[in-house]
Amino acid sequence: MENANDILEVRNLKINFKTYAGTVKAIRDISFDLRKGETLAIVGESGSGKSVTTRSIMGLNAENAVIDGGTIMYKDQDLLKKTRKQMDQIRGRDIAEIFQDPMTSLDPTMKIGKQIAEPLIIHKGMKREKAYAQALEMMKLVGIDNAKERINDYPHQFSGGMRQRIVIAIALVNYPEILIADEPTTALDVTIQAQILDLMKELQAKTNTSIIFITHDLGVVAGMADRVAVMYAGKIVEYGTVDEIFYNPKHPYTWGLLNSMPTMDTSGTELPSIPGTPPDLLDPPKGDAFAARNQYALEIDTKQQPPFFKVSDTHYAATWLLDPRAPKVTPPDPIIERQKHYAQLTHEAIDKSRGKHIEEQEEQL
Amino acid sequence: MADNAKHISAGDFKPISAEDRGNLDSEKISAPSLTFLQDSWRRFRKNKAAMIALIILIILFILAFGSNLFETHAPNATNPNLANLPPKIPGIDINGFNGTLDQSGQRINAYAQAHAGSKYFILGTDYLGRDLFSRILYGTRISLTIALVASFFDLAVGVVYGVISGWIGGWVDTFMQRIIEILLSIPNLVVIILLMVILKPGMESIIIAIALTSWINMARLIRAQTLELKNQEFVLAARTLGESSIKIGFKHLLPNLSSIIIINLMFTIPTAIFFEAFLSYIGIGVSAPQASLGTLINDGQKNFQFLPYQMWYPAIVLSLLMIAFNILGDGMRDAFDPKSRE
Amino acid sequence: MAKYLAKRIFYIILTLFIVTTATFFLMKFMPGTPLTNQAKLTPGQIHQIYKQYGLDKPLWQQYLVYLGGVVHGNFGTSFQFSNQPVSYLIGSRMGPSLTIGGEAMVVGVLAGLVVGAIGAIKANTWVDTTATIISILGVSIPSFVLAVLLQYYLGLKLRWFPIADWGGFMYTVLPTLALAASPLAETARFMRTQMVDVLSSDYIELAKAKGMGKVGIIYHHALRNSLIPVVTIVGPLAVGIMTGSMVVENIFSIPGIGEQFVKSVLTNDYPTIMGLTIVYCAMLCVVLLITDIVYGIIDPRIRINK
Repeated sequence: MENANDILEVRNLKINFKTYAGTVKAIRDISFDLRKGETLAIVGESGSGKSVTTRSIMGLNAENAVIDGGTIMYKDQDLLKKTRKQMDQIRGRDIAEIFQDPMTSLDPTMKIGKQIAEPLIIHKGMKREKAYAQALEMMKLVGIDNAKERINDYPHQFSGGMRQRIVIAIALVNYPEILIADEPTTALDVTIQAQILDLMKELQAKTNTSIIFITHDLGVVAGMADRVAVMYAGKIVEYGTVDEIFYNPKHPYTWGLLNSMPTMDTSGTELPSIPGTPPDLLDPPKGDAFAARNQYALEIDTKQQPPFFKVSDTHYAATWLLDPRAPKVTPPDPIIERQKHYAQLTHEAIDKSRGKHIEEQEEQL
Repeated sequence: MADNAKHISAGDFKPISAEDRGNLDSEKISAPSLTFLQDSWRRFRKNKAAMIALIILIILFILAFGSNLFETHAPNATNPNLANLPPKIPGIDINGFNGTLDQSGQRINAYAQAHAGSKYFILGTDYLGRDLFSRILYGTRISLTIALVASFFDLAVGVVYGVISGWIGGWVDTFMQRIIEILLSIPNLVVIILLMVILKPGMESIIIAIALTSWINMARLIRAQTLELKNQEFVLAARTLGESSIKIGFKHLLPNLSSIIIINLMFTIPTAIFFEAFLSYIGIGVSAPQASLGTLINDGQKNFQFLPYQMWYPAIVLSLLMIAFNILGDGMRDAFDPKSRE
Repeated sequence: MAKYLAKRIFYIILTLFIVTTATFFLMKFMPGTPLTNQAKLTPGQIHQIYKQYGLDKPLWQQYLVYLGGVVHGNFGTSFQFSNQPVSYLIGSRMGPSLTIGGEAMVVGVLAGLVVGAIGAIKANTWVDTTATIISILGVSIPSFVLAVLLQYYLGLKLRWFPIADWGGFMYTVLPTLALAASPLAETARFMRTQMVDVLSSDYIELAKAKGMGKVGIIYHHALRNSLIPVVTIVGPLAVGIMTGSMVVENIFSIPGIGEQFVKSVLTNDYPTIMGLTIVYCAMLCVVLLITDIVYGIIDPRIRINK
């Protein structure tokens, strides 16, 4: 591993899908790290490649997926080089996943106690009684009332929120190092969403699991993530700490995402949206994939893909607007507001650290 | 980081105007967009077995309905002198096609024994000296006619019944469903046989019997689908906009029902063909001297030990018809309903 | 559950009543009479026979008498074998039919499940193609063709099994095989579709994410979920076996109700045709009822809701 704090390092990952119409370049050279105990949110609209990325980490991509290059290093082993049998050893023990729709991700004909106990039986070779006892503990931990009476119930006897708690219990029963949560709250009611997010945070504090949190909803990210990576058309376009992305975004796509998110200040008429649709990944554009939808697009965007420009030690964005030769552009008003707010925040933080002489290391994030 | 940016001139950092950006998007040729039918046809074409089945059926259709052009002899013309002659195709000297027979361990030339002269029957003759090839063509025509008739009633009765039941709903639906439930608890073939007992054997009776029974499954499926469609937003929208029921039916329902209709049709056909052959086989279907694949098999079976060709050929043609329709049905299902859910 | 059962049984009785009534009046309007096939009879003899069978009474009386009889399991007297009650005729022939029908159902469904499951597990390989070919042939080749071929090659040529007649297990093998082909093929088709569906479901994905191996996934999750819906096609399969038995019993000279039905149809033996029609419907109703109950028991989702 390049960094001792990292639990997972993805480097130059490229994934294609063979379809009748041609090769879809779903993931076009992405790299990111996951630190121990942190929550990394991957944000993007549908089709941007978020789920494909996590599927590759789990080794669960569809049969027509082809790894075109790159490595996924977990504890000095490249997961992409592992056989299916070897991946079976890792899945559910070291890396677990929570799926989007709790209504369909539980086996309808199996009692939930058994479903929760299964990972223990598979990976730890536990006897039934012991595994069930531990499953029961897990059910209590994820907040299922009357766990003891309900252990022999079937999934359809639970509400959506409760089912997602069961799915979380299944994922965490082996205390995995990495938890991948693929839009875990998208299918749930808003009030239930908050409960599930709270539960995940609470459990993360107890288990010190690293979480990769996939979502298209920036609102969810704010309270959940430590760092954020924004994906667009199979690439990461900007990444940084959650504060950097929310209050000092640099990529026009991030601007668009933030603007289309309702906030307390959103008043009156209409939420702005990003015009147009993502590009066709059968034949991705030569330059910046976002150019066609970007009102700040430059000539160079049509010719060459922008490299990552460093904003801070933890914050990078892939947009030509950050090139010294690029013209100064004024971001949309709400973004300027955010940046002002951010400036204030950092000032306060600096004041605080000066005052108290505490080693405030932003890089930690 | 930005050091790979060679060949970049200052001019490259000019903003692009909104119109140019619009062009960026539309200039790109994306994957060809296909209509539902085109997409289905593309999927269907990729299915080799289904394509072969389709071609076989087309050939059988042409042979059967153009049988006047292809038949080598009149199908019902008897000639006791030329009875039970094995297949003979001039120029081919392989046992089974050269007009010879295995009689108590010896190959004999059946045509010479019957003084058939230069006459030949490519699939041989039956016990009355009728040309088997022509009779099989005629029987195939009957099977295919039944197939067409069954499809027609499937559409005319089944679809209409299902749409009405599903669309109107309420007690009408309940009542119509009860009728279907009762019909479903009587084996179809029993109903058909009862009708055949009452009506006199023959093509018309078979058609009536099959017409009365073939639509039930279609009606059930169409009803279920109509119920589902009825509550979907686009239908609700059309209703709110005050479109008439008939217009909604043709503009919104039918196109969305089409794949279910086609798929189910493809499974009605082999069933109908089987019923006709079955009735004719047990002797209450097509009446003599007309040929049906069922009667031919029944006739051939009696001599199967000595003249196996008399049963093999009609049996092969009947099986081929059924296989081809079934494979075609499978192919259509996969093509029209990529999820292939029943 | 009790309420549901009562409702179902009520509908079964209603169905049988309608079927009985319909067949009775249909048969009355038939052109031929049972005596058509008989040698010439004097008007006196004909009158005698009509009186014997109660055919001289008004239609509605005949109907009520018949209906009353059916309730008590009496379907009248056969025209074919004089003075033989239809119920006796059917009763004595039930055994062989149920034996080969039951054997065919068990053999067909079990083999079909195996073929279908293997096809789904090995989807889109040559194994799957072979399984598909087996099921296409099974649904396509008519039972009477298969029966004749089996009888000739396995019975007459190879002499492995008796060619015809009834008496012991060996006599049931060929008819069972001929009858089992269609349920085998239908089950295999259905099972494959179900299992392909299940294998692409979210909960199988979750099982993979648990680190479960392929065998475990199939054994613990895929099989049960695909097997449960198979119960729903047992009714239609029973219909297929009833249909097939009419010719298969005929070909193998088995003294069953299928063979009797065809014989009665060919000789215009109305009371027997009517009786057998009612019996066939009753059997199908019972099979449908049992499969519904079984489905309710094995599927936890339905069990609770009821």
